[in-house]
Amino acid sequence: MAGLRFELRDIPPEAEALRAELRGFLAEAGRAFSPRVRAYSWMGFDRDFSREVGRRGWIGMTWPKAYGGGERTALERYVVLEEMLAVGAPVGAHWIGDRQSGPLILRLGTEEQRREFLPRIVAGELAFAIGLSEPDSGSDLASLRTRAEKVPGGWKINGRKVWTTNAHKCDFMIALLRTAPAPDPRQKHQGLSQFLVDCRSSGITIRPILDLLGEEGFNEITFDDVFVPDSLLVGKEGNGWEQATAELAFERAGPERYLSSLPLLTAALDDLRAEPAAPEAVGRLLARAGTLRQMSLAVAGMLQDGKTPAREAALVKDAGNDYEQALPETLRDLMQPGRTPEEVLEMQRLMTMVARSYSLRGGTREILRGIIARQLGLR
Amino acid sequence: MSETDDLRAILLDQVERLLADKAGPDTLRANERGDWPAALWAEAEALGLPTALAPEEKGGAGLGWGDAAALWHVLGRHGAPIPLGESMVAAALLAAGGIAPRPGLLGLAVAGAPVPWGRRAAAVVMVSGGAVLLQPGPATRQGLAPISREPADRAAPGVPAEEGRLPEAFGPEADLLAGALLNAARIAGALEAVLDMTVDYATTRTQFGRPIGGFQAVQQLLARAAGEVAAVAVAASHAGRAADRHGLAGAGFEIASAKVVAGEAAGTVAAIAHQVHAAIGFTDEHALHLYTRRLWDWRDGCGAERVWARRLGQAALERGGAALWPDLTAR
Repeated sequence: MAGLRFELRDIPPEAEALRAELRGFLAEAGRAFSPRVRAYSWMGFDRDFSREVGRRGWIGMTWPKAYGGGERTALERYVVLEEMLAVGAPVGAHWIGDRQSGPLILRLGTEEQRREFLPRIVAGELAFAIGLSEPDSGSDLASLRTRAEKVPGGWKINGRKVWTTNAHKCDFMIALLRTAPAPDPRQKHQGLSQFLVDCRSSGITIRPILDLLGEEGFNEITFDDVFVPDSLLVGKEGNGWEQATAELAFERAGPERYLSSLPLLTAALDDLRAEPAAPEAVGRLLARAGTLRQMSLAVAGMLQDGKTPAREAALVKDAGNDYEQALPETLRDLMQPGRTPEEVLEMQRLMTMVARSYSLRGGTREILRGIIARQLGLR
Repeated sequence: MSETDDLRAILLDQVERLLADKAGPDTLRANERGDWPAALWAEAEALGLPTALAPEEKGGAGLGWGDAAALWHVLGRHGAPIPLGESMVAAALLAAGGIAPRPGLLGLAVAGAPVPWGRRAAAVVMVSGGAVLLQPGPATRQGLAPISREPADRAAPGVPAEEGRLPEAFGPEADLLAGALLNAARIAGALEAVLDMTVDYATTRTQFGRPIGGFQAVQQLLARAAGEVAAVAVAASHAGRAADRHGLAGAGFEIASAKVVAGEAAGTVAAIAHQVHAAIGFTDEHALHLYTRRLWDWRDGCGAERVWARRLGQAALERGGAALWPDLTAR
């Protein structure tokens, strides 16, 4: 059997029970979400919103209570995520911490790190960025060159990270850095380590990069003799590649990999009643949405069972990205200026632009398909 | 749940072994020549498969739609060498309509479409106006040959010998819904077979000094195919589960979704498989077309993608934007 199998999962009643609460909250909060906010979805950054989400116990939901977590199930968390995404809530100020930095610290961090960081993530106070890509290391991530050099009491960082979403607004980043030279070019995955880096450290310069929407979405970060104490190394020195790869399973596993553009379908639907070609096109989109949701739930179920479904997550992300990119393109052809409300047209136009990022962020389509091809035994 | 899961696993294992041992490309070719696979059908009958969807008190095994979808998936993986799925649905409809079971192959005539192996059928079953109708004897009128080249015959118009009202859970379109589920599920299985064949070919066929599967262009195609194959399997089993929970009539959304996704994927994956196999896959000698030609038939069976997509879209448009997400998460 060459492919990957997905077991259907049911959302248990205690998780379903959360839905009404979420919908009540989001119906109220959602009035303030402009088309621009909804188009950016989980790349949108709003600290007040994240604090409120934290206050309601919807960040770090599965983590131990000792660190402020809710000790709830992965599927309860899943309900919260999909409800947030379905309305395009600006969850970016807590999304990364909740999804991957927090879980990484929980799994591999020291006790001190857990006590220091996790409760503040849970409160929606601490925003995280992901320090992976570099100017010369995109898909070929392991070729990264930003170095952490051992110095008394800690490490000294020099180099550059790029495309770091919202870094100029974040408090901390988890950076993957080279702590030892690769033994030879074929073993470049060795000698990498992960660090918690304070984005306000001396020697760090964060320069926002305007994106194609004219927004300051991502950044270039320059490290010039930045000191990081020993206490902020995460996990094992030299084990960074394995750690980061496991982290990517979390990064790729969630419903945000197919739901980014769904708010547009919701917003556009009433107007499309006037369009004769709409039923078929909308039906095809719905058939895919329902199927992707079941696939995504299957991955969430595997996470709940303590598995690391890296390959399944890659497959669902790839299929989901195709879907969330196709959605605004399909709807564009059904809309009509003059008939379609302006805020719907605006969201469609913004999403046409944002959608290009869907199959780039978190691993490009080509990299994901390479992972699937490996699963098939082709490489 | 676990007990029924175990029963399902045992049943699937039996069917898989039967088909692996006694069927293969030769059976599919013989079918296309019009040779009825009598031995294989007899084995299926000995296992009680044709009546398995009928309740136990009516001589069946009380199988659910989810079990059936899983079984049809296995059947599809082997190219469905016997018209078992149709006969199972027909028997389930008879039982639901209170009509006494009939031994032998039952034909299923959905909306006047040709009946696979109708010429061998003991009776033909159809649904009209919320009732199940039974017409004795084989269907004998030949029509346009399907792409599969397997025998298919139309029932002659006539007065049904027996008629029974279907319960509400089956609804007035039980034949169409069950037939769409059958097609989606066996597409899921056949797609797995096609993907396996194609991956196998890509890892053994050498060009430019290495297996063609080593080239990124080929890897990207096959990875895309794998995504589609996984999606259809999920959509079909989701549809089967929904039919168990809400009845066929209540599982319209999931069955329509499965048929749309399966139909789209059948086209995409068959195209990729042929592209990777290149000329050898275009020959009669190679087995690939035995499966891809069936995929091209099954995606049209009981309504092509557009038919089902329009239903889904129409319903969603009527319900409006505010109901879209609540409806999607309620399924």
